[in-house]
Amino acid sequence: MNCRTSITTLVVGGLLGALALVFFVAPHASSSPDGLDKVAADHQLDTGKRASTVAGSPLAHYSVSGVDDSGLSKGLAGALGVAITLGIMLTATKLLTRRRSRPPAPSSAAP
Amino acid sequence: MHIPDGFIDGTTSAFGGGVAVGTVAGCLRRTRDLLDDRQVPLVGLTSAFVFAAQMLNFPVAAGTSGHLLGGVLAAVLVGPWAGALAVSVVLVVQALLFADGGLSALGLNVVNMALVGALGGYAVFAAIRALLPKTKASVVAAAGVAAALAPTMAAIVFTAEYALGGNGAASVATVAKAMIGVHLLIGVGEGAITAMTISAVMATRPDLVHGAAHIATRAPSRDDTAGVPA
Repeated sequence: MNCRTSITTLVVGGLLGALALVFFVAPHASSSPDGLDKVAADHQLDTGKRASTVAGSPLAHYSVSGVDDSGLSKGLAGALGVAITLGIMLTATKLLTRRRSRPPAPSSAAP
Repeated sequence: MHIPDGFIDGTTSAFGGGVAVGTVAGCLRRTRDLLDDRQVPLVGLTSAFVFAAQMLNFPVAAGTSGHLLGGVLAAVLVGPWAGALAVSVVLVVQALLFADGGLSALGLNVVNMALVGALGGYAVFAAIRALLPKTKASVVAAAGVAAALAPTMAAIVFTAEYALGGNGAASVATVAKAMIGVHLLIGVGEGAITAMTISAVMATRPDLVHGAAHIATRAPSRDDTAGVPA
């Protein structure tokens, strides 16, 4: 365990990286349609397309309604998405591993 | 790659939903039984990171972009079962809050990106890894190649769903050709991002990378050289 990066450091570093990506890279990401959307538009796969049921969501299409600066709006939406995803996944995984019936795996430090 | 509402008919979407629910339930069970306790925070990080990375569309051809799907990345980091869950959570959050991917198509999207990506992609990863020497570089290479193929695998499964219940007028052959062509290109980006990310984690904590568990990657300590089973 001596000088390894701790799991906390790794996770905090990874999350800061994710936040940097949504704030600084996402606003400059390509706004062209993705592969499926492009194929759909080119070949009329979208004749039956309906707007999403949640198209009126305050976070719809990765922008926060009421925030005018489009880059900031996208960054904030992304940060909220990162936080919500993290929260759900951590909670679910913790509940799952707490309910396991067998004894926990041996700890990393076991010599 | 997110299917909106109305592309695929209700019957096929419901069928996709059934497959998704059944398989995700299996992933929950296996994650409960198999996940290393130390990986719990890493599963959370993986899911959050995939959400962020999916926002980064890169250009692939004139007027077309692609973004990371993340199935192989997640599966190599935390194992295929927890990896499939991590991507599924991203897709649910996107469909419910961000209007990305239709609610009726959520099951199909989970099948194409989380299940094909993480479970199918991990199978490809494991097959490639078995052909290579037991080194860190092999893990990175196998992850990159499997990830490069994953968008095309998803495109093929999408084409099957279109064949079953597509509402569009184009022939299945046309859709197959167009979808596979563009997703081969998107795969280049998927493979590169996956290899870079796995490489970064392998440089920091290789012992936490599920796909590298076959290599003895414990931190070097005094008498750690002999007798460690691979």
